[in-house]
Amino acid sequence: MLRFILQRALYALPLIFVIIVVMFTLLHLIPGDPVQSLVGDYPVPPAYRAVIEEKYRLNDPFVVQVGNYVVAVLHGDFGFSYQNQRPVLDLILERAPRTILLASVGFAFAIPLGMAIGVVAGTTRNPGTDKFWTTSALIAYAIPTFWLGQLLVMLFALRFGWFPTQGIGPLISRAHGFDWLLEKARYLALPVLAFAIHEGMRFARIMRASVIDTLSQGYIVTARAKGLSRGQIIRNHILRNSSLPLVTIAGYSFGSALGGAVLLETVFTWPGLGLLMVDSIRLRDNLTVIGVVIFSALAVIVMNLIVDILYALLDPRIRTAG
Amino acid sequence: MSDLAVSDGAPDAPLLEVKDLKVHLRVADRLVRAVDGVDFKVDTAECVGVVGESGSGKSTLIRAISRLMPNLQVDELSGELRFEGRDILRMADRELRTLRRSRGFAMIFQDPLGYLNPTQRVGRQIAEALSPDGRGRSEHRRVLDLLDEVGFADPGAIARRYPHELSGGMRQRVMIAIALASDPKLLFADEPTTALDATVQLQVLETLYRLHKERNMAVAIITHDLGVVAELCDRVYVMQAGKFVENATAVDLFERPQHPYSARLVELSAHRLDFRGMQQ
Ligand SMILES: Nc1ncnc2c1ncn2[C@@H]1O[C@H](COP(=O)(O)OP(=O)(O)OP(=O)(O)O)[C@@H](O)[C@H]1O
Ligand SMILES: [Mg+2]
Repeated sequence: MLRFILQRALYALPLIFVIIVVMFTLLHLIPGDPVQSLVGDYPVPPAYRAVIEEKYRLNDPFVVQVGNYVVAVLHGDFGFSYQNQRPVLDLILERAPRTILLASVGFAFAIPLGMAIGVVAGTTRNPGTDKFWTTSALIAYAIPTFWLGQLLVMLFALRFGWFPTQGIGPLISRAHGFDWLLEKARYLALPVLAFAIHEGMRFARIMRASVIDTLSQGYIVTARAKGLSRGQIIRNHILRNSSLPLVTIAGYSFGSALGGAVLLETVFTWPGLGLLMVDSIRLRDNLTVIGVVIFSALAVIVMNLIVDILYALLDPRIRTAG
Repeated sequence: MSDLAVSDGAPDAPLLEVKDLKVHLRVADRLVRAVDGVDFKVDTAECVGVVGESGSGKSTLIRAISRLMPNLQVDELSGELRFEGRDILRMADRELRTLRRSRGFAMIFQDPLGYLNPTQRVGRQIAEALSPDGRGRSEHRRVLDLLDEVGFADPGAIARRYPHELSGGMRQRVMIAIALASDPKLLFADEPTTALDATVQLQVLETLYRLHKERNMAVAIITHDLGVVAELCDRVYVMQAGKFVENATAVDLFERPQHPYSARLVELSAHRLDFRGMQQ
């Protein structure tokens, strides 16, 4: 098993390298004079230009520059964001936990929700029940998240006033202990709800298809022949085996959610990576954009690795084959 | 209660009695009379064979009797199914489960890999047949005993394996161990050796025969191979297009086949047996 993990991790390394190189090349290809963009709309004094070109080694051959950039990134140096007057890494490290929090809590609700609906719809003997859940899930999934988010805000924030409309809470909170947690939760509630409904319904559809497939397997016949009840068959055989496709899909989409749920963060003004990305694109803060992209790519790669490991834990056939 | 009275009142009644069983399926809007009015019986500790060409309805028959129909559109399922005098066709689910869990009937299949859960160790799958949720010490003990009984030299190691780590013959033995867990009075076997190598086929059949004798367990075996029938079975049913065309003792079938279809089967298998003899 350990060998399997190491092997997968080794596969990931060249991928990370390629991503950094590609991102740097893109940065290089962006039209415009990098020194000019630092200075803004003023004319560039030649002496200043020489200093900057020397400092950032802009006249080195492209390959050398790529090498320097890779080395810098590997040392955690993503450059400096002039728009924010802070190193890009600082920005990412400040924003990432918020995005991770939203994605984690969102998935913590979406996965059980999706599994429950999928199992109910997939195992029911009543076609009406199946139709009801399948249709509901389809409709809920078809609603775009930003619109769903706005609906939730209109209903629960503006009309009932149960939750705040946006943001992550006061910068300096006076609440302590449990109250502090409650305050956080109130701000988290609506974005998480929107997230969980959207992703959960997608998971429900995958889970239902998978449950139906599992139900047609021979070992379910064996389980019935053993005299197990419906509940026992679902618990002992259907849940785990039908979760396999879900692990893959949920893992991958969790990885991409770590890069920031752009629409959702915009609707709720949730200052995570997604919002940072949108703002940076608007302000042409290229180094920050590329930093966020590299971080998201890393998140996806790490999640894929975790998915591979989880999959191997759940399915012994992979373990021996790997 | 009256069902029990029947079984008590008629000790000589067959273990399994099927009368006028009809299983009509709807396959892609077409009516398939997979089993069309069949009388079938198995006595206590008897071995009965069912032979017939592919698609004649053998699997459907056995699945209907053991109440393990797949999720198909069943157009008609009628007739009389009695196990120890009890009506299993109209039996409540709970009662049926009790019968499967203890001293009722069990089943093994042609493709043991598909019929074992790929994500669970085989020991656990056998234990589950002993008691659905219990994984105690006494269950483990009995799992090892069952594995030993079906012919494994090292039951402890086998119990820890996953199905894909076993050979075809071993998987089928595991299926047999699962079936034996409920200490069944009747074992249905649907072409249990068709998917196996010739040498392994023989070993598995020998195991089945030994268990049949040692446990006084009745066996109803479906097979394409009249050689199997000759070795194992007391009686044979010959099935064609959803109906039985012949019901005879194994000896009679070989020496005096009554129906032209049976005669052809016997003739064909005689050729095959000769051919096999030449090869050896
Ligand atoms: N799951 C199914 N889907 C479609 N048709 C089916 C199914 N099960 C049975 N049938 C139909 O019912 C009839 C009997 O099939 P069955 O499998 O019982 O035959 P069999 O004698 O067991 O054949 P074989 O020797 O190939 O196993 C066939 O005409 C078959 O097409
Ligand atoms: Mg068959």
